[in-house]
Amino acid sequence: MTRLLTLAFAALMLCVSLATAQDSPMQTLLQEHRALIEKSSRQTIEPAIVALRDSGLPQAQLVMEKWQAKELWQRKSDNLFFFAEKVDSKTWRLTGIDDGQAAGEFAKKELKQLKPNSGVRSMIGAALVQFQLMSDDPAKRIEALDAIQRDLAPEQLPALEGAIDGETDPQILDRKVRLVRLLTIPYGRTEDERVAAINSLSGDLGVDARAALNPLVATTRDAVAGAVPEGTNVAALLKPGSATFSNEEAYALLVARDLAPARVSAADRREALQQNIEGGKVGGVPVAQLDTDAARERAYLGLVAEGKAPATATEAEMSVALASHVFFDRFADPNPAITDAATDTLKSINLKVGVNQVLDLTLDAMSLASIYFLAAIGLAITFGVMGVINMAHGEFIMMGAYTGYVVQQIIPDYTISILVALPLAFAVTFAAGVAMERLVIRWLYNRPLETLLATFGISIALQQLAKNIFGTQARPLTSPGWLDGALVLNDVVSISYIRIAIFVLALIFLGVFLFIMKRTRLGLEVRAVTQNPRMASSMGINPDRINMLTFGLGSGIAGIAGVAIGLYAKVTSELGSDYIVQSFMTVVVGGVGNIWGTLLGATMIGFLQKGIEWFNPSNTLAAQTYMIIFIIIFIQFRPRGIIALKGRAAGD
Amino acid sequence: MTGTFLSRNPSVLIFIACLAAFTLAVTLMSEAAGSELISTSFVKTLGKTLCLCLVAIAMDLVWGFAGILSLGHFAFFGVGGYMIGMWLMYARTEAIVATSLANAEIPPTDQEIIDAIGTQIFGVVGSSDFPPIWSFADSLTLQLLMVVLVPGLLALVFGWLAFRSRVTGVYLSILTQAMTLALALYLFQNDSGLRGNNGLSGLQNIPGAEGIPQATISVWFFWASAVALGLGYVLSAWVVSGKFGSVIRGIRDDEARVRFLGYSVEGYKLFIFTLTAVIAAIAGALYYPQAGIINPAEIAPIASIYLAVWVAIGGRGRLYGAVIGAALVSLLSTWFTGGQVPSIPLGVYTIVWVDWWQVLLGISFVLVTLFAPRGIGGLFDYFSGNRAPNRHGRDLGPDAGSLREQEAEQ
Repeated sequence: MTRLLTLAFAALMLCVSLATAQDSPMQTLLQEHRALIEKSSRQTIEPAIVALRDSGLPQAQLVMEKWQAKELWQRKSDNLFFFAEKVDSKTWRLTGIDDGQAAGEFAKKELKQLKPNSGVRSMIGAALVQFQLMSDDPAKRIEALDAIQRDLAPEQLPALEGAIDGETDPQILDRKVRLVRLLTIPYGRTEDERVAAINSLSGDLGVDARAALNPLVATTRDAVAGAVPEGTNVAALLKPGSATFSNEEAYALLVARDLAPARVSAADRREALQQNIEGGKVGGVPVAQLDTDAARERAYLGLVAEGKAPATATEAEMSVALASHVFFDRFADPNPAITDAATDTLKSINLKVGVNQVLDLTLDAMSLASIYFLAAIGLAITFGVMGVINMAHGEFIMMGAYTGYVVQQIIPDYTISILVALPLAFAVTFAAGVAMERLVIRWLYNRPLETLLATFGISIALQQLAKNIFGTQARPLTSPGWLDGALVLNDVVSISYIRIAIFVLALIFLGVFLFIMKRTRLGLEVRAVTQNPRMASSMGINPDRINMLTFGLGSGIAGIAGVAIGLYAKVTSELGSDYIVQSFMTVVVGGVGNIWGTLLGATMIGFLQKGIEWFNPSNTLAAQTYMIIFIIIFIQFRPRGIIALKGRAAGD
Repeated sequence: MTGTFLSRNPSVLIFIACLAAFTLAVTLMSEAAGSELISTSFVKTLGKTLCLCLVAIAMDLVWGFAGILSLGHFAFFGVGGYMIGMWLMYARTEAIVATSLANAEIPPTDQEIIDAIGTQIFGVVGSSDFPPIWSFADSLTLQLLMVVLVPGLLALVFGWLAFRSRVTGVYLSILTQAMTLALALYLFQNDSGLRGNNGLSGLQNIPGAEGIPQATISVWFFWASAVALGLGYVLSAWVVSGKFGSVIRGIRDDEARVRFLGYSVEGYKLFIFTLTAVIAAIAGALYYPQAGIINPAEIAPIASIYLAVWVAIGGRGRLYGAVIGAALVSLLSTWFTGGQVPSIPLGVYTIVWVDWWQVLLGISFVLVTLFAPRGIGGLFDYFSGNRAPNRHGRDLGPDAGSLREQEAEQ
């Protein structure tokens, strides 16, 4: 009875599985590749994935997604594949992969989970890209494009071409078209197609365009005896002994290609000699004499004659070998039409990149110039207008920056805190400037060199005070969120919003300064006191008060500059001293006593520094050195700066 | 101008006597003499202080006497140190390399020795080739010449450029500061050929004197520094005592007037600038073997400003003032920053002098500038009754300008 039942059950199972094979094509496909799927190794899994991808079955995408997400399970009893869903810790609910019908609940021990490793999962992901390209969800399509771009492969080309029709989103369509081009360049079917794709990228600034073209024009150096073989795509013929290709390099290439015997290097020769010392002699030469190259050469030849060391090529053999071979650079791509097109296109791209780099450099230089201008504008007032050397000017900048930091500790909202910090920094440094003028500088107006030293004393005291209060580590001054990021014009030209803000701030200050000096009572009195203090006081102006206010104004502007500088540089107690020499330079180069001069000076120094950095980008220290040397020489020709005051105002 | 040089400058004899007595006392108290009252490191500190006094004399010559506030003399001091440091480092590395290669089975070629030295010295900056400026490093004589020639030429060229375009006053100060900054930044680069910010090190090991203890070497250098300071003092006193001295003091007080009297102001300034640069370089060449290490941070602009601070505190326009200022401030600075000064508890806050010394220095500097423009040296005038009218630096005015100060006071 039991036997009969078992038999009947077996027959029933057979029927079921046969029926499954007929109307469940996906299950059949998976069963065909069951061995590979179960093994799940990156090396062998490919046929299974390809079969799934190319099956054309509607369930293929879902199965692959579930497989990738480790949600594809196998029933141990009959090795069939199911989607599984957890019911509780021991029970899982199975769903048929073809019909989507529930296939009942099973205990976990009756099932086996497919666990593809990360290598296999990424291969599944690559295959899935094709489905995602056609997805209804734009985000999915972009994701797929990103995936293709990360790893360009020939099989993606047809899939991508197929996905162009029917694309509705214009932006995604653009990307698809562009990706097709980038894929056509290496993997296009015909030469014309590839050349057309290459030419279409002419003048394209994208990094990906250059990345696609560069491998085409990459060259390898090669050497052959006699003439260059037919069908080689030669980039350039090389002549040994020229500046770019020395005889040694050429011979090393021949040795590497096994076209010539190796020359024993000095180190190897020394090694060989060392190993063959016999009774104080090597190759017939006493060891004590081996302190010259000539003696070592003789000893080595002796060793070669004795057969104890490998022969080495002589100079004569070397020149014969060089003469009998031809050296050339070979393009990786054998087709000259393609490499020519790529070279031309790269040339046009490089030209455009060059133009844009100059533009980018100009923007950089302008932002650096505006920083110098900001740092120097306060100095242009105290030094340029009043003639007071304030070595503590840098420390006023630092005080402004620390004021901004303290405000940010109290007001957490960055936008509001910056708006509070700017006037507060002005107030703090204005007060400090007025106090300094009252207590110290007033007594030293006739001794400018001593003003320099006294203010230097204040500078080191303030610096140390800041160190004692805030510590030596850098404090952050965070800019508001809307200043994050950069204005990107294209892949080459970009400028951060903070730098634009500093530039705008510098322009505002220029305006404010001009307004105060030319349009207000204070400015008039300042100019009068600067030109002739006695005459001014005869006219009822109080020169002491004016000097105090002028100094306070210059210091206050330094404080605001400190907030601006602190936004993009870390706030430390040395912040000010980093700028002080450059600020003085700016004022001196521009011409003392003239705000336009300061602006020109800052522009010149900014452009000069960026220009020098461009020649040697890795070395900003050298750029600063050469800039200072240039300024020292510049002062020779225009000792009074770019814009020199004339007549009585110049004084002396 | 009657009498001999010494009878007109009694301070020279007094100074030399004090210096000799001090040198003798330190020598007797040093470890080398066996009494061990002063540690070797303190002997070195004193020797270094003497070198700083010498460079302060140079600063006083150029600033106190000629009125050129140079903020670049510490750069010459550093360059002098670098020049002697190159020989010290080369010669010592050569000795080490020669010893290690002598153990090899095959005697080294000359090129191999030089390559090995190059690798030893420039390994830290990722290079092994000798830059051209090291061409003379193997010869002590040539390198000693370089100690004088390189800073001298630098000062000559810079001074010529600056003085001929009539850059004066604070502009010149800023320009010299820029020169110092440019030099420091240049030396900070790894490919400057002087080991970038690592600088030159191990300078306290004198080649050929490996068997002699540091205690003895430190006393030798102390003597050398004392002799250099003495000679430098006499030379400076001699330079400023005669007619030449009158002219440069005239340039300080009114450059235009001296020029209209027919003197070549630029020539005088250039001479004094170059001479003081050379003195500074010699001081540096004696300082750094005692310090043991030199790096570009030593010649940052701040160092030159400190030099001016010493001279101002000591008293400008008198050579002994510069010596007193340099010795006092640098020794006090060592004392305070060394953490040996007891902290002052104020209840809520404790004043730790390591943190507050700079504040104290800055403030005292402001006070000296404001209230004692003659510095500590002014005390000597105070005791000898040689008082100046207190005019807050103002000149005597249009009417009194032609009068001598004593007449104006009456």
